[in-house]
Amino acid sequence: MRRWTLTVLLLALFLGVWQVVASLPGVDALILSSPGETARALGHDSALLLDNAWVTLQEVLLGLALAVALGVGAAIGMHLARPLRDAAYPLLVASQAIPVLVFAPLLVLAFDYGIGPKIAVVALMCFFPITVNMVDGLRATDRDLLKLMRSLGASRWQTLRKVELPGCLPYLFSGLRVAATVSVIGAVFGEWAGAEDGLGRLVLLASQQLETPRTYAGVVILTAMAVALFALVTLAERVAVPWNRRQGARTV
Amino acid sequence: MARRFGSVVALDGVDLEVRVGEVVAIVGPSGCGKSTLLELLAGLQEPDAGAVAGGGLEACALMPQSDLLLPWRDALANAGLALECAGASKGEARRAAAPLFERFGLGEFEHAYPHELSGGMRQRVAFLRTLLAGRPALLLDEPFGALDSITRAQMQEWLADALAAEPRTLLLVTHDVEEALYLADRVAVMSPRPGRIVAEIEVPFARPRPRRATVTSPEFTELREHAMEALGQ
Repeated sequence: MRRWTLTVLLLALFLGVWQVVASLPGVDALILSSPGETARALGHDSALLLDNAWVTLQEVLLGLALAVALGVGAAIGMHLARPLRDAAYPLLVASQAIPVLVFAPLLVLAFDYGIGPKIAVVALMCFFPITVNMVDGLRATDRDLLKLMRSLGASRWQTLRKVELPGCLPYLFSGLRVAATVSVIGAVFGEWAGAEDGLGRLVLLASQQLETPRTYAGVVILTAMAVALFALVTLAERVAVPWNRRQGARTV
Repeated sequence: MARRFGSVVALDGVDLEVRVGEVVAIVGPSGCGKSTLLELLAGLQEPDAGAVAGGGLEACALMPQSDLLLPWRDALANAGLALECAGASKGEARRAAAPLFERFGLGEFEHAYPHELSGGMRQRVAFLRTLLAGRPALLLDEPFGALDSITRAQMQEWLADALAAEPRTLLLVTHDVEEALYLADRVAVMSPRPGRIVAEIEVPFARPRPRRATVTSPEFTELREHAMEALGQ
């Protein structure tokens, strides 16, 4: 409870400083909207913002789902086949070096203005943290536990399903938390490359048209979306990996 | 039998025979290759020289030093893991493990998760898992090494009773001479690395043994002296 109080206080402090800076005489309202103006834009443009937020949220969720499916599959494949891991790991790292901002317009050219390219960009950004964390998690299995499974006569598949996969869940969720936060940025990049709607496009247009309060309102919603996704993943982890917290509590 | 790791000779000329139904304890200083010996017998490693007759994965179940209970499974499911590896479904494994929990005084802990169990209880569940593997021989690697001395004494008696109820050929690795003499029919003493067997001591008492009367008897004290001497202490 104390943690949340502190968070709210910090947020209030931030908003206070923001309000003060925005109302300084030398600060142009076209560059920095105050929290008050942003809040008014949130209310005034709520229908427009929410319609576009829904589009972006769909892109984010579908992209994340695709990244999870591909990432989990790739991690298991890389774990089971050592040569595949050695071969694919550098490529995986290289995939993160692709400047998505440059790449996204090409995707739009290839797949048109629809939701496809946005999903692809989100998945491209989320695939890496999910896969790398899960590969690490699978490899982190206690060696003695693997010996025990061998002694019990377990097949490779049994060891994977009964020991390695449940054991790697905390790692997978760490990757998912990172993925959840970058997924929103991915969707915005995807929309900037070419879109007919979505919050990323709305924010870009609003800033070009000097509708500064609307820009800030859009950013607030995008931020809230990322925070909510992060919280959702954390909540899912508590449900799916209850032993992690219990063990943590025991060692404290 | 011999086993090397690079230039380190872990075991050198170990020759040990175990009869069916016998309990043999192996004592030795840390790093003498006791755990390596068990893994060779369990079929988890191959000897560089010599061979294991009658051992291997089909004949032996290994109980490693730490309990290695899975935190996401309750006690019953953890013990049942051995049966699941042999092809049983989760439900079948639980049903087959439950009677053992009743018999060995763990009935009320069936649904407890590992973090809710004491160290001694966790070792009991780990032992039942080993038992449920259904192999004629059990290889226990310092099963009570991490327990305090009171719990350890209780666990030794519990294991002795369990063996009386479920007779198995048992190899027990320990660094505790008293534990070895209390539980085993025969104690093999190993030398520091490279490990070899320097003495074999027959323990003439019938099993299971009343603990106090046994460990305080003059014969027991004499055997302990003998074993200490062989250990070079």
